[in-house]
Amino acid sequence: MALLSIRNLSVEFATAAGPFRAVDGVDLTVDQGDVLAIVGESGSGKSVSMLAMMGLLPWTATITADEMSFDGRDIRRLSARERRKVIGRDMAMIFQEPMSSLNPCFTVGFQIKEALRQHLNLDRAQRHARAIELMDLVGIPAPEKRLSAFPHQLSGGMSQRVMIAMALACKPRLLIADEPTTALDVTIQAQILDLLSDLQKETGMALILITHDMGVVAETAQRVQVQYAGQKVEEQPVEGLFATPHHPYTAALLAALPERATTRRLPTIPGVVPGQYDRPAGCLFAPRCAKATEICHSTRAPVQGAELGLARCHHPVTQPEEATQ
Amino acid sequence: MLRYLLSKLLTFVPTFIGVTLISFAFIRALPGDPIIVMAGERGVTPERYKELVEQFGYDRPILVQFWDYLTGVLQGDLGTSFVTKKPVWNEFFALFPATLELSICAIIIAIALGIPAGVIAATHRGKFFDRALMSTALIGYSMPIFWWALLLIIVFSGNLHWTPVSGRIDLLYYFKDVTGFMLIDSLLSGQKGAFASAVSHLVLPSIVLATIPLAVIARQTRSAMLEVLSEDYIRTARAKGLSPLRVNGLHALRNAMIPVITVIGLSVGTLLAGAILTETIFSWPGIGKWMVDSIFRRDYPVVQGGLLLVAVAVMVVNLVVDLLYGLINPKIRKR
Ligand SMILES: Nc1ncnc2c1ncn2[C@@H]1O[C@H](COP(=O)(O)OP(=O)(O)OP(=O)(O)O)[C@@H](O)[C@H]1O
Ligand SMILES: [Mg+2]
Repeated sequence: MALLSIRNLSVEFATAAGPFRAVDGVDLTVDQGDVLAIVGESGSGKSVSMLAMMGLLPWTATITADEMSFDGRDIRRLSARERRKVIGRDMAMIFQEPMSSLNPCFTVGFQIKEALRQHLNLDRAQRHARAIELMDLVGIPAPEKRLSAFPHQLSGGMSQRVMIAMALACKPRLLIADEPTTALDVTIQAQILDLLSDLQKETGMALILITHDMGVVAETAQRVQVQYAGQKVEEQPVEGLFATPHHPYTAALLAALPERATTRRLPTIPGVVPGQYDRPAGCLFAPRCAKATEICHSTRAPVQGAELGLARCHHPVTQPEEATQ
Repeated sequence: MLRYLLSKLLTFVPTFIGVTLISFAFIRALPGDPIIVMAGERGVTPERYKELVEQFGYDRPILVQFWDYLTGVLQGDLGTSFVTKKPVWNEFFALFPATLELSICAIIIAIALGIPAGVIAATHRGKFFDRALMSTALIGYSMPIFWWALLLIIVFSGNLHWTPVSGRIDLLYYFKDVTGFMLIDSLLSGQKGAFASAVSHLVLPSIVLATIPLAVIARQTRSAMLEVLSEDYIRTARAKGLSPLRVNGLHALRNAMIPVITVIGLSVGTLLAGAILTETIFSWPGIGKWMVDSIFRRDYPVVQGGLLLVAVAVMVVNLVVDLLYGLINPKIRKR
């Protein structure tokens, strides 16, 4: 049984200009010990779909799903109180901006121990010992001293390590890392990714890694899910995706890399992700797609079979050469 | 922290001199002559007038007078009241506890109600509680104080007879000043009913005086909370599975308190000013009433000295606020 299983998740925000569908029918499955990468340009609903699952969206968001289950439990049915027992304990999340994600008014030690106190029955001394153990685990030197440090005394990399320590405090079965390195220096980025990768292997937890960085995808993930304008457009194991992307969007993402997987940034594709007002009637990628035909502009794209990476496309790419043109 | 304190104290020097100058100039800028006012309806002969002017030194150049005053102040001599012939210093300290007691009660009411109101409004943004609380705050903020005071007096003293109309305690009770705070002294006196009487005298003036700071604190707490609630670290706190009470009341409020503390400090300044009106309405024997009376009598030394001491009190409050600020905001403390 899958650890996390989401079917047909949609999130709609009530905005001043009317409802806005930020996530549109996304499916997602993660097994114990899986490493899944979610890639896609800015605004494709990667963060929102994960925040929806954590229950961290503001009240303006309406969440609907045919299925949302974690470890066999239906998350949709949990009361707010029951859900708080799951998040932060079995399911944890770290964010893009480590510096602003820590509360400036409390020490690092307080914030790590708080996670322990919330979910585990440990006494003071045990919490203290565990906090030091955690800081050691994430590679923070002189943990005993750092416990009493305030966030503004830490660098970005250190802050992200603290965030990871906090997330791992209760040995979660699933860790969601939302662009954990985007705000960090390049050298630090690699360290943090290695750390996450090592910790994932050590603990056997599942990891969902949201990223812009194809290099990271190649190195870290087993499976990749590509999202575009709130929809999942393709899903494949890493090797398959790099060898034969089936959706023109994935192909364009890869083709735009000057030398595949050697650049760090997701390249730009001409045009922009459709927003609230310019959502096409047919396939959402059609206006930017080189292969688009009449039908693409008029009719929503069907989801292809598993052999075609579940590509949401009228004209899926099937040949490796085709993708690299 | 010590250096922070010292640098703050250094900024007191120019402020102090400025306040001395302003209080000196202010009363002299008012039309009216203290000697004429003192003489009253009987008037004064030109010879006697000249004599008095010389006696008070008003014939000397204004700068010399200021210099005299300033050196006096620096030696702790604020002069003597024209009217009572008592040192300003003594009069001030006899009356200040009454004002302090009233102000402290008012600010406690304002903080104890204003902060929770602001937090509730922010966490119910746009909903019923938010609108109800914020419209109430707006009304409280814009209501004329004397009108509000009279309304309370009419209802609670006039119709319901729950509270007395004026003074600090019933004449029935008499005991020695120990601290100058009626609430404490009445308890210490051990007289039955004295404390209750002191409380009933204090309630209405405190509520009246608390109204504006309460509204200001509630609104500031709300806006600070709204800002803080959209911060990333609040999302982190919620991602830990913490209860809304802990997220709002600890993680958010602790950060929101930083601007709120500043507003509380500023409120204390306006509170002392607001005390003048409140004390006059409720015949509260504090420095507010004392200074108003002195202005009408053109009692130069009292007005000068009173303004100066009130200014010093405000500066001390601001210093305390700065220190609190450092305690709450670790970024300042560690510098
Ligand atoms: N609270 C909100 N209210 C309204 N719209 C929102 C809200 N949060 C996100 N959105 C919108 O939802 C869309 C998806 O946002 P999301 O943050 O999930 O994108 P993303 O894929 O994570 O992008 P990025 O790579 O920039 O993080 C965006 O268009 C964003 O403007
Ligand atoms: Mg995002």
